[in-house]
Amino acid sequence: MPAQSHSAGPSVTFDTVTKRYANGTLAVDGVSLEVAAGSFVALVGTSGSGKSTLLKMVNRLVEPTGGSIAIGGEPVDQVPAHLLRRRIGYVFQNIGLFPHLTVGENIAIGLRLRGEKHNDARVAELLDLIELPDDVAGRRPDALSGGQRQRVGVARALAIKPGLMLMDEPFGALDPVTRDTLGHAVRRLHGTLGLTTIMVTHDMAEALLFADRVLVMQHGRIVADATPHEMLSGAGGEAADALVAVPREQAHALAKIEAGE
Amino acid sequence: MNEALARVPGLLAQHVLLSAAALLLGLAIALPLTIWSARNQAVARVTLGFASLVQTIPALALLALFYPVLLFFSGLVGGGIPALGFLPSLLALALYALLPILRNGVTGLANLDPAVLQAADGVGMTARQKLWMVEAPLVAPVLMAGIRTAAVWTIGAATLSTTVGQPSLGDLIFAGLQTQNWTLVVVGCLASAALAMVVDALLGLAERSIAARRKGRFWTSIGVLVAGVLLALVSMLPGSGGKHVVIGAKGFSEQYILARMIGHRLEAAGYRVSYREGLGSAVVFNALTSNDIDVYVDYSGTIWTNEMGRKAGPGRAQIVNGVAQWAMRTHHVRLLGALGFENTYAFAMRGDDAKRRGITSLTDLARQAPQLNFGTDLEFLDRPEWKQVQQAYGMHFRSAHPYTPSFMYRALASKRVDVISAFSSDGRIAKQHLKVLTDPKHAIPGYDAILMVSPDHADDAKMIAALKPLVGRIPIGLMRQANYMVDRSTDKKSPDAAARWLEHQIRLPQGK
Repeated sequence: MPAQSHSAGPSVTFDTVTKRYANGTLAVDGVSLEVAAGSFVALVGTSGSGKSTLLKMVNRLVEPTGGSIAIGGEPVDQVPAHLLRRRIGYVFQNIGLFPHLTVGENIAIGLRLRGEKHNDARVAELLDLIELPDDVAGRRPDALSGGQRQRVGVARALAIKPGLMLMDEPFGALDPVTRDTLGHAVRRLHGTLGLTTIMVTHDMAEALLFADRVLVMQHGRIVADATPHEMLSGAGGEAADALVAVPREQAHALAKIEAGE
Repeated sequence: MNEALARVPGLLAQHVLLSAAALLLGLAIALPLTIWSARNQAVARVTLGFASLVQTIPALALLALFYPVLLFFSGLVGGGIPALGFLPSLLALALYALLPILRNGVTGLANLDPAVLQAADGVGMTARQKLWMVEAPLVAPVLMAGIRTAAVWTIGAATLSTTVGQPSLGDLIFAGLQTQNWTLVVVGCLASAALAMVVDALLGLAERSIAARRKGRFWTSIGVLVAGVLLALVSMLPGSGGKHVVIGAKGFSEQYILARMIGHRLEAAGYRVSYREGLGSAVVFNALTSNDIDVYVDYSGTIWTNEMGRKAGPGRAQIVNGVAQWAMRTHHVRLLGALGFENTYAFAMRGDDAKRRGITSLTDLARQAPQLNFGTDLEFLDRPEWKQVQQAYGMHFRSAHPYTPSFMYRALASKRVDVISAFSSDGRIAKQHLKVLTDPKHAIPGYDAILMVSPDHADDAKMIAALKPLVGRIPIGLMRQANYMVDRSTDKKSPDAAARWLEHQIRLPQGK
C-alpha cells in the first residue's frame, strides 16, 4: 500500500464483515473488500440489499456482528466512536442540518467539537467551495432550498478536512437538475481534495457517471465489482446487467429522439 | 375589604415561595426522569404511569396523604421531620408538577427528527454533547409549554396547602368560605388567579423567546420571575422581636375567634404569633403533639372519643380531667383549662317542623328518622359520636349529606334536610329558631372547649401566665353572640373584630 500523503484519502479495508440485526435479519453477509486510497466507489443495490448498513459500519453508526474494518490500516474500533467520526465526512439523504443553528454554525459544528472557536473564515471558504453566497452563513437551514441544504450538508462534512467521505444516497431527495449539478460538484471536490469517497445509491446511472468503481450488492453480498466502462460492456455479470440495462436503454431512446428517428 | 387586602401581600409572598419551590423541585425530579425515560421505554412506562396516577389523586387528598407519610418517616428517624406546613405542601405540589413536565419532555424528545439525531452522531458528538447541543435546545419549547402548565397547576393547587397548615392565598378562600365572607373568597381567588396569569404570561414569553431564539427576551422574562421570588423571600425574612408562636385553629368561626383571642393575649405578652387556620379535627391534635402548632382550642369530647377511644358516660368535669391526665402522660401536652362553655354536637330541627312532628328528643327522632334527611358537617358521619348515637337509638335516616358548617345551616333553612348535627355554641340555633333535641341516653359526651398547649411550651410559664386569664371566662351566651357576628350574612364582623368584642365583654385584662 502506498504511503498516504496529506491530501490523499485513506484506503478502507473490509474483512469478512457481517451484520445480523437483533431480529435475525442478515443485512451484511461476510463482505471482504479493499477500497483503494483516493478512489470514488459507488455501492449500488435495491433497498434492503445491505449497502447502507455496510457504509454505516465504516463510521460505526452500526456496529458489525462479525469481521473487521480498517481505515488506512487502522481498525475502526481502536478509537472511541465519536473521535473516529470526527475524522470522517458523512453526508446522508435526509441531511439532518441542526434547525436551531445557523448555516454557518452547522458547517462549523465539527470544528467546534474539536474545540476550535473562530471558524468564520473557514465557513466562508467552504461556502465558496460548494458555490453558495457568503450571506447564507447567518441564515437558518429552513430558509434554504432542498439543494442548498444538501450543499450545506456537504460543506459540514468537508469542514473537518476529512480524508474519507461517506455518502448515503446524498442526492436522493433532490430534483434531477440539482442532483446533476451537485453530483458534478461532489465529484470535482473529490478530485481536488484528494478524497476517498464511498457513495451509496440505488441509482445505477448516478453510480456510472460519478464513480471510478461500481459495486453491486444483493442480499448482503457483493455480486458485482467493476469499473463503469466494464459494467456497460456487460462484464459486471447478471445482476449488474439488469441494473445497467435501464439507464442504457433510456440513453438509447433519448439519443433516437434527439436524432429525430 | 381593606382587611382582606391587607392580608394579601403576606399570603401572596408565602404562595409565591411555596409554588416556586414546588415547581423547582418538580423540575429537578422531572428533568433527569425525562432524559432517562426518553432513552428507555420501560422506564418511560413506569415514570409516566406514576405521574399520571399522581394526577388522578385530588390535590387535596394528596396533601392530606403526606401528613401520615411524613409522620411515619419522622417516627423512623426519631422525629424532627415536620409533618405539617411547608414540607408536605412542597412535596405534594412537586409531585403534582411532574406530569406535564415529564409528558411534554418525553414526547418532545421522542418526536425529534431522527435525521438530526443521526447527524449529531455522524459529526461525532458524544451522548452528552448531543443532549446539550441538539436535544435540549430542540425540545426546550415543548418542555417550556409543560413547565407553564405545571406552574399554573401548582399555583392553583397551592391554595389547598392551607388545609395542612401552610399559609397561602387559600387562607383567604377557606376562611371566607367557612364564615361566608365572600369578599375574602373573591380576594383570595382573584389574587391566586392573577398570580397564575402573570406567571403564565412570563413563562409564555420565555417559551416564545426560545422558539424565536431571542436570548435577551428569554432571560428578561426569567429574570422577572426570579426577581418576584426574591422579593417574596425578602419579605418573609424573620423580623426582629420575641419568640414565634403558631396558633392552630380548625375550620369554623368559633375557632378563628378563639385563635385571635389567644393571639392577642400572646402578642400582649411579647410573642410574635402566626395562625394556621382551617386544620382538620383529625390533624390538629397531632400537629400540637409534634410541635407544628403551639396552642389551640379543642373540645374535650373530641379527644375523649377520637384520640382516647373512650365512650360517653362520665360527666363533663371527669372528661376534662381524664383528657388532661391522658394528654400530659402520653404526649406531654398541657391542658391549661376549660374556657367555660361547651360546644357539643346537638341534633337540631326547624322549630315549627319539630313541633308539628312532635319530636323533642333523640328517642322521638329515631322513630321518624327513616322519613327524614340528615345534614352534617364534613366529619360527623365518620365520628364515633355518630356511631354511638346510632347504637343507642337505632337511628337510620332516609339520607345523609355532609356540608361545610355554614352550608349545613342553610340546607336546614331551605328544607333540603330536616335534621342537622348543629353545634351547641352556634349563634344560628337561636337566630334560625331551631329546636335542639335532648339526648336522654347520654350518647354524646361533653364537649368543653379546652385550651391545649404543645409539649415544647407545656412548661413555658410566661405563655401559661398569658393564657390563664382565658380559662373559665367565656360563657356560652357570649360565645354564641360572637360566633353569630361572624356567621351572619349581613353586617358580618371579622373573627378578629369578634374576638375584640368578646374580650371587651368579659373585661379581659389587657397585657400585663
